[in-house]
Amino acid sequence: MVCDVCKTNPATVFLTQIVDGKMQKVNLCEACSKEKGVTDPLSFALVDLLPGLGAEQEVEKGATVQRCPACGFTQADFKKTGRLGCAVCYDTFEEGLDGLLKAMHRRTIHTGKVPARLSRSIELGVRMKQLKRDLDKAIVEENYETAAQLRDQLRELEQIP
Amino acid sequence: MNIKSLFSSGGEQARDSGPHHQIVISSRVRLARNLRGHPFPGWAKKSDRLQVLELIKPQVEALPEMDDALSAYLQELTALEKQVLVERHLISREHAAKGAGSAVVVDKKQMLSIMINEEDHLRMQVLRPGLQLRNAFKVLDKVDSALENKLNYAFHPQLGYLTACPTNVGTGMRASAMVHLPGLVLSEQINQVIQAINKIGLAVRGLYGEGTEAMGNLFQISNQITLGEPEEEIISQLNKVIERIIENEENARQILLQQKPGTLLDNIGRGFGILSHAYAMTSKEALNLLSFLKLGVDLGFFPPERQTEIDELFVITQPAHLQGGALQQKLDPEERDALRAAIFREKLKVFPNPNTSKAVIPRPPTEEPHHE
Repeated sequence: MVCDVCKTNPATVFLTQIVDGKMQKVNLCEACSKEKGVTDPLSFALVDLLPGLGAEQEVEKGATVQRCPACGFTQADFKKTGRLGCAVCYDTFEEGLDGLLKAMHRRTIHTGKVPARLSRSIELGVRMKQLKRDLDKAIVEENYETAAQLRDQLRELEQIP
Repeated sequence: MNIKSLFSSGGEQARDSGPHHQIVISSRVRLARNLRGHPFPGWAKKSDRLQVLELIKPQVEALPEMDDALSAYLQELTALEKQVLVERHLISREHAAKGAGSAVVVDKKQMLSIMINEEDHLRMQVLRPGLQLRNAFKVLDKVDSALENKLNYAFHPQLGYLTACPTNVGTGMRASAMVHLPGLVLSEQINQVIQAINKIGLAVRGLYGEGTEAMGNLFQISNQITLGEPEEEIISQLNKVIERIIENEENARQILLQQKPGTLLDNIGRGFGILSHAYAMTSKEALNLLSFLKLGVDLGFFPPERQTEIDELFVITQPAHLQGGALQQKLDPEERDALRAAIFREKLKVFPNPNTSKAVIPRPPTEEPHHE
């Protein structure tokens, strides 16, 4: 069996973790396991490996933008490090990240603390307006698959108190 | 405060014990935050990092909680000093590897620690002894709210606080408890428990150890999910799970006492014997044996006041602490193991032999006078 990361060396470290009832398996070689910090249990969780493995295919599949306009970060960089370049990257690679975030966290809408000076409702309103515009556009273009996705996202936002 | 005075004071961890301290060693909550308009530290150029550092550091130092704090640029600290901070869980191993462009600020009580330019611009944590997750979060939340007025955080209306790694996005919060579970390990129930914890989306990590191996029967349990649930809910779920684990561990200990007192005492007795008489002791062996000594105190085989020495030994026999005590001198591993063994021999002199009078174990035949 070869390593899932470098795809060249034989895998010697086999990891299994159950998250949310789903089993995730990762096979790594000595070098990659060290690089990913598997030997350091203080900083290790299988989920942390995911961006560098299976789940990052989601990013490739979905994203159409190649480079973050704010910081110059690319998908290839994300594949390599599993970390993003800056806050704007979340918008740049939004499409692809969505599936990844769902796999990691189950849900994709933050419901916790909001900085006091940001009025959440205003920001949410802006976001919903944008989604509605995109939805209208998708319907006009008869792009029903996208439209259905946008409709679902809108519904999710509408449920936030 | 400087690093020397930090070193010489035991800190919050060593002083108090906190609720459920027999099983929960400590509780920790950390928040990850980034500034809007600046690349994350891992992707930023050095000039960006220095700029962010100078924006954040004065604000952190100005917090009322950080009065008389230890504040240092990473390049000012020696490898040994960084390792001391790692062993006290005040900075991450990742942060210890950083040089210019990163800093750490630790409060006088060594309860609140703020890393600047770790993986995120800000990594703040509160560490409390025992099971005090809610309290730790409350303290940290206040610090976060104070900083948020001074710094422009990167916040996304849908995704929440943005972090370098998508595994932290949302609340940016990781809450964890370090638990001591010798009962569940000895009764071979630990794997079952770990699987059950994993199933509900929480992570279990070993401590200090290589690979995924847990040393000293110590485990760290933390939330994995940071997006889609409010902070209080995450904390309260974790708290509930930890309370269940405490119950399980207590039950396992009682069952061992009743059904396998011999196994239990053998582990405790050997731990005590080896630690009291060894002349070379690796940190791994020390942790594993100390774990049983701690269990011995918890179960009443040693007087309860001996808990203090055990807690202290857990801290001072770690590699960097050992060398800090040895006049800031770098020792090779053999010298360290010899020094560690010497400390144990000395400290354990005050320990009486385990009092096993209440345990139901085979006794040597006593010479009773014959009545004729």
